[in-house]
Amino acid sequence: MKALAARRHDRRAPIVLLLLALLLTGGLYAVLAPTSADAAAAAPSASDIQTGEKLFQANCATCHGPSGAGTASGPSLIGVGAAAVNFQVGTGRMPAQQNGPQIEAKPVQFDDEQISQLGAFVASLGAGPAVPTEDQVDPSKGNSANGMALFRTNCAMCHNAVGAGGALSRGKFAPKLWETSPTHLYEAMLTGPQSMPVFSDTNLSPDEKRDIIAFISEQGDVAPGGLDLGSLGAVSEGLWAWIVGIGLLIGAAVWIGAKSS
Amino acid sequence: MTTTSTPTPAAKAAGATADYLDQRTGIGVVVKTFARKIFPDHWSFLLGEIALYSFVTILISGVFLTMFFVPSMGETTYTGPWSSMQGVEMSQAFSSTLRLSFEVRGGLLMRQVHHWAALIFMAAIVTHMMRVFFTGAFRKPRELNWVVGFTLLILGMLAGFSGYSLPDDVLSGNGLRIADGVIKAVPLIGSYTSYFVFGGEFPGQELIPRLFTVHVLLIPALILALIGLHLLFVVLHKHTQYPGSGRTEKNVVGYPVLPVYAAKAGGFFFVVFGVIALMGATMSINAVWNYGPYDPSPVSAGAQPDWYMLFLEGSLRLMPGQAEFVTWGGYTVSANIIIPAMIVPGILFTMLAAYPFIEAAVTGDRREHHILDRPRNRPFRTAFGVSIVVAFFILALAGSNDLIATHFHLSINDITWAFRVLIFVGPWLSFVITKRICLGLQRKDRELVLHGHETGRIVRFASGEYIEVHKPLDAHERWLRVQHEAIRPLEIEPAEDSRGVRRKGYALDRMRQRVSQVFYEDRVEPVTPAELTASHSHGEHDALEADVHEPTQVGGGSHLVEPDAETGVEGRNPQI
Ligand code: HEC
Ligand code: HEC
Ligand code: HEM
Repeated sequence: MKALAARRHDRRAPIVLLLLALLLTGGLYAVLAPTSADAAAAAPSASDIQTGEKLFQANCATCHGPSGAGTASGPSLIGVGAAAVNFQVGTGRMPAQQNGPQIEAKPVQFDDEQISQLGAFVASLGAGPAVPTEDQVDPSKGNSANGMALFRTNCAMCHNAVGAGGALSRGKFAPKLWETSPTHLYEAMLTGPQSMPVFSDTNLSPDEKRDIIAFISEQGDVAPGGLDLGSLGAVSEGLWAWIVGIGLLIGAAVWIGAKSS
Repeated sequence: MTTTSTPTPAAKAAGATADYLDQRTGIGVVVKTFARKIFPDHWSFLLGEIALYSFVTILISGVFLTMFFVPSMGETTYTGPWSSMQGVEMSQAFSSTLRLSFEVRGGLLMRQVHHWAALIFMAAIVTHMMRVFFTGAFRKPRELNWVVGFTLLILGMLAGFSGYSLPDDVLSGNGLRIADGVIKAVPLIGSYTSYFVFGGEFPGQELIPRLFTVHVLLIPALILALIGLHLLFVVLHKHTQYPGSGRTEKNVVGYPVLPVYAAKAGGFFFVVFGVIALMGATMSINAVWNYGPYDPSPVSAGAQPDWYMLFLEGSLRLMPGQAEFVTWGGYTVSANIIIPAMIVPGILFTMLAAYPFIEAAVTGDRREHHILDRPRNRPFRTAFGVSIVVAFFILALAGSNDLIATHFHLSINDITWAFRVLIFVGPWLSFVITKRICLGLQRKDRELVLHGHETGRIVRFASGEYIEVHKPLDAHERWLRVQHEAIRPLEIEPAEDSRGVRRKGYALDRMRQRVSQVFYEDRVEPVTPAELTASHSHGEHDALEADVHEPTQVGGGSHLVEPDAETGVEGRNPQI
């Protein structure tokens, strides 16, 4: 299907495209106009912030301080925004637990409502990046080819060429990205958790972030060549060449050798 | 051949054709002598064949690939079906690789078959080489064939590397960049050579077409010619065989090439081809579309070369960067590259290539050997071989240090330091351990020969004494354990002759003796006939001191009688 779309070269194509674009803009306006109103309606209520504060005092204040201004065991959360909270709590990283080289994702401890309440409280401490909208993270609206190029220059040195994960110094690591939700992908870029750099909107525009999400969403499930062997490259291929290839062939050689005597 | 039945027309035609060819080419003699060649049967003799057949597979699939691959660095824009490459600028080499993968019917299968076959080719070469090494098949008259084989190993690595670099994806570019760095690090001529090879500053426009010629023409032709020479040597020298009763330095026990061996070999080709085809059909390899077209800036995590080059990557990863320095006159000496990329592999490979000659010099042995050694009976060689394998293995692991870190949740810094220590300690430790194991196994053999198998049956004598009944070995079992000779350190003439005059050449002899002591000081002598009779007359339960043996008879087990000729001493292993 992609192939068909890609290979149409028609002189009338620009006109058709223009028409489509006009239609799309009109349609988008119609769809988006009410959503901005929705977004306003979805703005956190005072009660959300209050419940959020209670949750925060019970679960987070030991490290981040009662007012979120930080302590020796946790940084200040003033200005990190709801996006950071949604990412950190939504992937189970927060509340932090063990003292390994890196705080790792673990089963999530709060439901979606509580997470957004926590986010509302932290956002009320100081303005910061908000949780992205569905539209901002929709992989089907991104351009995966551009995403591939951006991912290669910005992310692959830590996360591997297709996001299979990679090692950093001293036991830290950049995780595999295939199971991460589009929203968390976006928020990770926006807030730069732990050793990961922040990719602000001037580094990677929201559209570019969506392109990257589109690229990642295409990885990990389709391997045109068969089993992907973890997409780890030559080392795992070499391992399998020895285990399966040489293993089977030596087995066969032993069998043939044994047939005679 | 005398048959009374009238031949069928087909047989007649075949006979006539054969006759026609024979009268014009004399091929009959060749076929006859070759068909009568005897090939001994053992699975480890098929390892070389795995290499041969995977090479044939490489040739077949490679010819297919050349039909579609475009060896050019000319720019184009991708418009094929793979969505994450849509509209991306890339070289024609890369775009034709994508076309092969996604548009040419059977193209991806062929690419994968070709690459898996290459990995298996190299793995088969390495296992074959280990077989030859550990059994001592490289001894006279086969030293030259060892060198031919060694050259094939190097050519195989070059073939693999040049092929890996052709698709012009990010990974292959990374590999070439490392090659470029290594070339540039060569003192004095480095940068000139790099410009010469790449036709300008890296990556330039010339490289892919040049590599293509090297990869599809130059190296395969060399490999083919050398395989021909290699097999010619095998036929000329006749194949070696494992020790056993009835096998001597003068015969070969096995099957004639025609029909048994040829049938088996032909069948085995299809097994090798089948396994590779199966892997190509079900397991993804070098998914270049994951990496994207080459661009000198990005390097992704987990970028590694194929397994047979991994030791080089590991060597580079282990080397601390501080070794680089600037000489007078402002010349940079990149010892941080020269040591890991040239000196370390240089030492390892030189030792491999030269080992047959070193061993021959140390033993002073100029005889031909057609009976293979059991690895345990040559503790130094076996231990040395294991330590080289271990060194390569540690380097390969070091080349995968990032994957080890993520998969075992370790710190990459700790792993790297551990390997820096291991690369010195590991080979030494494995040498010591392997040598101990070999000596232990030899002692076990002595025990068995002298006392027989334990049966677990306990007998009590009237006197109240208990003994365990031992079942003596049969003649064949015994022969296997006593047929070898224990090599002893060289004995040299004294420094001064009878009149007290210093002998010329003594210093050299002394040095050779020292080296040969390193090789052969620790040894277990095989059981001699005298010991065997002694142990029998003493009774089975009489424990014989099995550790330090300095038998009166020289030559150890070679003086034992072969089971086929229980009547006389066969002096077929003369003393050095
Ligand atoms: C055991 C101590 C601890 C607890 C409990 C804890 N955190 Fe954290 N938190 C940390 C530390 C340490 C970091 C800094 C991680 C880093 O960047 O290295 C952090 C980072 C964060 C960040 C990211 C800040 C940024 O700069 O992007 C957010 C958001 C956050 N925590 C929210 C929470 C919330 C919400 C809770 C309660 C549900 C919580 N934390 C509980 C220790 C804790
Ligand atoms: C310097 C290395 C580095 C770079 C560059 C980098 N990351 Fe990360 N990334 C990390 C590390 C380290 C973590 C783990 C952080 C943590 O656990 O808090 C991470 C975590 C993530 C996560 C969370 C994964 C999960 O589900 O647990 C996502 C998503 C992510 N990165 C996406 C990206 C994207 C997209 C880019 C490129 C725009 C990128 N990263 C660039 C190092 C990096
Ligand atoms: C292109 C790669 C190679 C191919 C196709 C190949 C093929 C073969 C074959 C088919 C045989 C006879 C069967 C056997 O003993 O396995 C053989 C024997 C031999 N090979 Fe190789 N080989 C290759 C590489 C090597 C290498 C790397 C070495 C060592 C450096 C080597 C050393 C030898 C020796 C010494 C023999 C004689 C063994 C004997 O008679 O016992 N070969 N080779």
